[in-house]
Amino acid sequence: MIGGMSRIVRTMTTLIFGFILVYGFYVIAHGHISPGGGFQGGAIVASAFALLLVTYGTDQIQSYLSKDLLSILESTGLVLFITFAFLGLGATFFYNFVSNSGGLFGSPTTIGVNPGDLNTGGTIALMNMAVGLEVLAALGVIVLTMSVAAETIQKKEKQ
Amino acid sequence: MKKPVFFIAFIFFLAFMVLAAIGMRPFGEPSISNMDDYFIENAQAETAANNVVTTIVFDYRGFDTLGEGTVLFTAVVGIVALFREVAK
Repeated sequence: MIGGMSRIVRTMTTLIFGFILVYGFYVIAHGHISPGGGFQGGAIVASAFALLLVTYGTDQIQSYLSKDLLSILESTGLVLFITFAFLGLGATFFYNFVSNSGGLFGSPTTIGVNPGDLNTGGTIALMNMAVGLEVLAALGVIVLTMSVAAETIQKKEKQ
Repeated sequence: MKKPVFFIAFIFFLAFMVLAAIGMRPFGEPSISNMDDYFIENAQAETAANNVVTTIVFDYRGFDTLGEGTVLFTAVVGIVALFREVAK
């Protein structure tokens, strides 16, 4: 995987990569309306990272995907999630204090079958985003670390 | 010496499974449905989200999601610690 793959695969990856990212972030952002959510969308975004890693090889990718940055993002996601849980502590832990309050993500939804409004859900939408950030960063760190380690072992065995 | 014991245990296990299969209620009919009905009727009004599954996972049973996030975080910490010498 040192030099990456052929020109055809690289061209297709550069074409598809953005669409996979957009789809992953769409699944994260619409977690409280449509099927999906933070975990699923984060896994889709991480699969885009894995595709990039397989296509371009570990050496070229390390200037785009920083392991330290992804690690910080992962911790930020989990801390945000726990913070949203703690903010509802006026009633209980994990209380949905934003829903039906009128502010951001706070408008009430129509009861029954409806097309869905993005500005609903309260802490559910915010927690979806936090968990999505955590999952995409966590899976990215796993893929990146293991590929760098495999690369290093291969180089050591060749010497 | 051991084989009859295993055979008898197998017979008991098989009888238990057959009895459980006979006594099973039809698919999609839980024995106690109070909680399901409550979620289906009140989730949209209480949390203002359309997706009832996400409502349960992130609101009513948020501790489960907190545990999942912690498990993922621990897995990443383990992998980074495992490869820290190699990936240096």
